[in-house]
Amino acid sequence: MVETARPTPTETVAPAMTVPRREPRGYSVRTLPGFAAMAIFTFVGLYAPILILVTYSFNAGSSLAIWEGFSLRWYYQAAANEAVQDAAIRSLYLAFCAASIATVAATMAALATTRTRRFPGKTMIYSLINQPLMIPEIVTAVALLIVFAAIKVWTGHTSMIYLIAAHTAFCVPFAYLPIRARLETMDTTLETAAQDLYASRWLTFRRVTLPLMWPGIVAGLMLAFVISLDDVVITEFVKSAGQETIPTYMLGQLRRVVTPEVNAISTVILMAGVILVALFFRLTSRRR
Amino acid sequence: MSKQAETPFPPGALEREAEIADTRNRWLLSLPAIVIIVCAAAGPLLVMVVYSFLTPGDYGNVKWEFSLDGWTNTIVQRDIFDDTLIWADAHLSIFWRSFSLSLITTILTLIIGVPTAWFVATQPPGRREFWLFLVTVPFWTNLLVRTIAVQELIRSEGVINLILLKIGIIDAPIQMMFTDFAIGFGMTYVYLPLMVLPVYAAVDKLDFRLVEAAHDLYAGRWTAFRRVILPLIKPGIIAGSILVFVPCLGAYVTPRVLGGGKNLMFGNLIELQFGAGRNWPLGAALSLMLMTAVMVALIFYVRITSREQADG
Repeated sequence: MVETARPTPTETVAPAMTVPRREPRGYSVRTLPGFAAMAIFTFVGLYAPILILVTYSFNAGSSLAIWEGFSLRWYYQAAANEAVQDAAIRSLYLAFCAASIATVAATMAALATTRTRRFPGKTMIYSLINQPLMIPEIVTAVALLIVFAAIKVWTGHTSMIYLIAAHTAFCVPFAYLPIRARLETMDTTLETAAQDLYASRWLTFRRVTLPLMWPGIVAGLMLAFVISLDDVVITEFVKSAGQETIPTYMLGQLRRVVTPEVNAISTVILMAGVILVALFFRLTSRRR
Repeated sequence: MSKQAETPFPPGALEREAEIADTRNRWLLSLPAIVIIVCAAAGPLLVMVVYSFLTPGDYGNVKWEFSLDGWTNTIVQRDIFDDTLIWADAHLSIFWRSFSLSLITTILTLIIGVPTAWFVATQPPGRREFWLFLVTVPFWTNLLVRTIAVQELIRSEGVINLILLKIGIIDAPIQMMFTDFAIGFGMTYVYLPLMVLPVYAAVDKLDFRLVEAAHDLYAGRWTAFRRVILPLIKPGIIAGSILVFVPCLGAYVTPRVLGGGKNLMFGNLIELQFGAGRNWPLGAALSLMLMTAVMVALIFYVRITSREQADG
């Protein structure tokens, strides 16, 4: 009994067994001449510009081509720049508000449109939610400019509310998709069981549905947060005077002499984005 | 849902009532999302339709007088001297640049993207996820940051010129920024993952026994690729092409940063009407034109992908 319960011997044998099963080295229908070389070229091409950008953010000199030694000078300078601080706080505040509201709305909509029969208007709700993904951003941006300009003139009110509304709208589909995907992997048996055990609908939702769909909600929130943080076009057209976010600030800076300060800010955004996306992938792929 | 089997009501009445209540609840639950999108995305598009039929105001905005000029000005303009209608050459050349650069970008991403997708899909399963992740990361990182990365690469004092000067291939830096080349290069770089991902999905589903069969029947690698593989991954290629073509057509940030003030694309022409151009109705009409073009391409895309799903 003890002997058979120990899995170690078979485990050590297993890798050796797989060797003969590999395809013969000489000829494989899976290799096509030149394709691997092209692919390597692609990966180098994809990452080289980003690596160069990151490298020069650490340049001691103010050049973007001549390396003058390692320094964190531009990071300090960016962090001390009041315009950058201001824009960074605004970006985070905006992304936080828009992503949270969008995620709540998207969670409700996802609960309503999944795990159900075909009810009247289901397709309509679905296509409406995905509508911001279909329209070029510049078109939505100028449409919002038209409407919000009229409202701003009419009410004289120019707060962040316009930016929050605009960002929330395009964040909804991004929050909706992972939540919906998560819900579609859940069937209703556990909820039915809870209700059979006299749980109220609210209690069922709170104790059964919500914990099960939670990874989807967190993934949706993170995705919406990244999308809001990255947005340039809609922000550029909707913002009132003095409402720069980090991306619009950088877009404005590009018109002047570019220093590695832009690279430093870019690198921070890049890192934040990569970390959030890596977390997002972990959350969405664990149950596969 | 309802389990009342023995009731005094006519059969099916309770179920129908429950169904109606269920539909109402689902609509109510979706309401916040619907309201947000109607107010801050879909609704303004309808307002824009109205604005495209108004007269431009003197300092931007509009006067509430009906006019078709917004629409006619998209392709023709009135001559300042003798009031005759002439083609709006500036607009037509921008339309042409948008279309041709989008097409070139699509072809370039095809040439680069298909081998890349093939390479990733034919990796052993363990390593495949890693390569796939490498393709996906740039896709999710900030578009502006990636455009800036391209800008720093191709500037006159940029790395490419620096290397070429060092080697001695050129004597003076090549002016690459603010050209159509810069826009095409930038868009190819920025939108490449949109080509690789759908083609990868198609290659991943490919039944390699069919390729083996082709080889057994004395097809060379090239013939097998052309006659067997290409037809099988065609849906992925078409999907990827549309996914690249559509954002290129509506691109705004990349042409603005890399193309500068002279090499405008459709998106920049629209912006111009709301800025220095002060012609909001024309801008609205141009936006609706762009939206229509994109919608046509996307409907095509949905039809292809749904047919593919129906097939298997």
